[in-house]
Amino acid sequence: MSASKGVPVTETAAAERVAGWSWTPFLILVLVLLALAPAFLVEGYRLFQLTLAVIYALAILGLNIVTGYNGQISLGHGAFYAVGAYTAAIMMAHFELPYWTTLPVAAVVCAALGYGIGFPALRLGSLYLALTTFSLAVAVPQILKYKAFEDWTGGVQGLFIFKPDPPFALPLTNDQWMYIFTVLVAAALFILSWNLLRSRIGRAMLAIRDQPVAAEAMGMNLAQLKTRTFAVSAMITGIAGALSAIAVEFVSPDSFAVTLSITLFVGMVVGGVASILGTVFGGLFVVFVPNLAENISKAAPGVIYGIILIAFLFLLPTGFAGFLRRLVLPLLRRRRSTQAMSIKGR
Amino acid sequence: MAALLEAKGLTAGYGQTAVLHGLDFVVDEGGVTTLLGANGAGKTTTLRAICGMVRTGGEIRFGGERIDGKATEDIVRRGIAHVPDGRGTFMEMTVEENFRLGAYIRRDPEVAADYERMFDYFPRLKQRYRQQAGTLSGGEQQMLAIARALLLRPRLLLLDEPSFGLAPLVVQEIFDIMQRIREEQGVSILLVEQNANLALELADRAYLLETGRIVIAGPAAEIRQDEAVRRSYLGY
Amino acid sequence: MDGLAHQLIAGIATGGIYASVALALVVIYQATHHLNFAQGAMATFSTYIAYTLIQAGVPYWVSFFATIAVSFIIGVLIERILLRPMHHAPVLTHVGIFIGLLLAISDLCGWLFDYTVKSFPTPFDSGGPMLGGLISGHELGSTAVTLAVLLLVYLFFRHTSLGLAMRAAAYNPVSSRLVGIRVGWMLALGWGLAAAIGAVAGMMVAPVVFLEPNMMLGILLYAFAGALLGGIDNPGGAVLGGFAVGVIENLGGAYLVGTELKLTLALVIIIGVLLVKPNGLFGRVVVSRV
Repeated sequence: MSASKGVPVTETAAAERVAGWSWTPFLILVLVLLALAPAFLVEGYRLFQLTLAVIYALAILGLNIVTGYNGQISLGHGAFYAVGAYTAAIMMAHFELPYWTTLPVAAVVCAALGYGIGFPALRLGSLYLALTTFSLAVAVPQILKYKAFEDWTGGVQGLFIFKPDPPFALPLTNDQWMYIFTVLVAAALFILSWNLLRSRIGRAMLAIRDQPVAAEAMGMNLAQLKTRTFAVSAMITGIAGALSAIAVEFVSPDSFAVTLSITLFVGMVVGGVASILGTVFGGLFVVFVPNLAENISKAAPGVIYGIILIAFLFLLPTGFAGFLRRLVLPLLRRRRSTQAMSIKGR
Repeated sequence: MAALLEAKGLTAGYGQTAVLHGLDFVVDEGGVTTLLGANGAGKTTTLRAICGMVRTGGEIRFGGERIDGKATEDIVRRGIAHVPDGRGTFMEMTVEENFRLGAYIRRDPEVAADYERMFDYFPRLKQRYRQQAGTLSGGEQQMLAIARALLLRPRLLLLDEPSFGLAPLVVQEIFDIMQRIREEQGVSILLVEQNANLALELADRAYLLETGRIVIAGPAAEIRQDEAVRRSYLGY
Repeated sequence: MDGLAHQLIAGIATGGIYASVALALVVIYQATHHLNFAQGAMATFSTYIAYTLIQAGVPYWVSFFATIAVSFIIGVLIERILLRPMHHAPVLTHVGIFIGLLLAISDLCGWLFDYTVKSFPTPFDSGGPMLGGLISGHELGSTAVTLAVLLLVYLFFRHTSLGLAMRAAAYNPVSSRLVGIRVGWMLALGWGLAAAIGAVAGMMVAPVVFLEPNMMLGILLYAFAGALLGGIDNPGGAVLGGFAVGVIENLGGAYLVGTELKLTLALVIIIGVLLVKPNGLFGRVVVSRV
């Protein structure tokens, strides 16, 4: 199997068929509750790391939608993350607007930006799109440091903001509330994306990735779909960026160097291209593995990152998620067939 | 005459589709064998199979040694030159560069003499020596392709439909040259052709392919005389 | 007027570096239709090798040529070990491998040679500006070296059998096999050659921008811009494109956008070329009659 050909929805379909009726809403509720649990079990730096992991997972989801599912290679998603982050920071630092208002604004700004980039992207093949987005990623810190924008962006020093207090005077720490808020926002976006990808539109996206000529011949409006996919993808990563600004309480140009875009890309591949489960893995990987890597070799996390990326491309092109799928699916199928057999046996 | 090329039970295909279903054929040393058949019969695939350009099964022996399963470049280096369908010309390069590529693997001092011989066979190539190959006419490109193959000094020459897309006069010219080459060079030829008439004039042996199987085999002269075969299989 | 002349000449000097890296990119692109995102990192690594040799007391020019040889071998190895097995993989996988290389090699430089900025010697120290203050000794020397490299590469491709075979393997691998060319090895040689060219570029630019792990990232961008401008499948065009971008960057930086937005300028050039004339100014239009 190759990295770009993920088959995303079989495991959930199989899961549904196992029981005969739809477990899905129940399953989702359980998952969300499980995801919220760490707010009360973990604290301090660990909780902050988990918050970041969820944020990165969300950012990788955005990338996965446009690259994994739709085949448009973006090496510059860090740019949308940066725009989202700075939107939130500027709104909170200069206009003192509440934190939750920054998300919709970041969403709209990044969606528009993504749509705008989506247009020229149409004319570029995958390789040249990768090059263009790569160039964008390299240029971002310079743009953020540009003197003419300094009044807004804070220039090289960046901007400082504060994590919000929990609403309704709930008995939570700021860190706990930040985590819960992040999980809720991410969960909502994950669910929406999951629905989108399972729908006709999602299948159309995959069709365009795999057989663009045939897709067009079947009447799909490639241009429209691809630009809209870019917009949605940018929007989601932008929201993640906004959340990151609030969680970290700080934005500065050098946090958004090309390494960020590469990190998102690595997270997508390692977690699993075209897989929602994969993006969760990707987020955890991106936050926790560099720490491990640093423990192994003090000054060369990038080497380990690079080696892991290449190793995954060679050995596990469908990522963690694909690996799990290969283990679990045969089990699910076996269960289904024994059920069928027991029905017949009556 | 000894067999230079021998195929036994040759199968070949693309992906999941099998195209050749077990062919047995022979090219004699110094002789001309022709493979005839309609479109899709598997003639081109047979030549590709010999050169290792497709997946094969069965045996192919060249000069007594097995060459099935070997890489194309190694098979070519043993002395088999292939003029593929589409001619395989290096379009972006000049005629001269195409010549140099044809003789690429040769280290002997007679290369220059062979260039002259090619100019003798194909004077037009000398005229167009510095031109980009893509600007040549169809007939000239076919000549260039044959010249390039001959510059290898091959023991076996594989020709895939040299008459394709060419005007009858040009085709006749090329076949006349091939007759000369056959007499003067002593190179063995395996010729795939749709123009059965011309092919049978040139050849010693003929095989008729139909959907990946050999249905008729024998001396070319006999097959030429056989009215029934000609009418039902060769269309004239 | 003096300022303009100096900017022009400085632009040509830096353009030479961009032209070299652009050439390396095109050599690989022609052969494999891949864009080597790791080209800059590889050149930086080569420069560190040279640095280590020089620090160990090896004379400059010996280090120079030894580095070129080692870089050539590394390029061949990368192609044979990492890229050959992935020959038929989709674009995403190839992009991923190049990115992985970029990451690993950049950080390897940091790990082996630490992250402090180092100064790299130039063999062309003239002690002061030459030619009436228009150009420094190093600018002159490095331009001469890059031009020499470009000329050698040109002669190699045009007038040697091996160069011909490499060009053939890049344009038409199937027909190349039919004349006995070992196409796989031609690709590996292409990588080796690109790595060697990159090493020269790195050693020429390090004295100016100082040696650190991310030294070539911006230069890579400019080289891409130059290669695209000239025509990504045309080595001569890419070289001209590299020089053009060098001049544009210097003039643009001095008179238009200021030095702070230079990378954005590269980005704009890249986007502009891809949208307006994707084949570049000199992109090959092959005449072929069916």
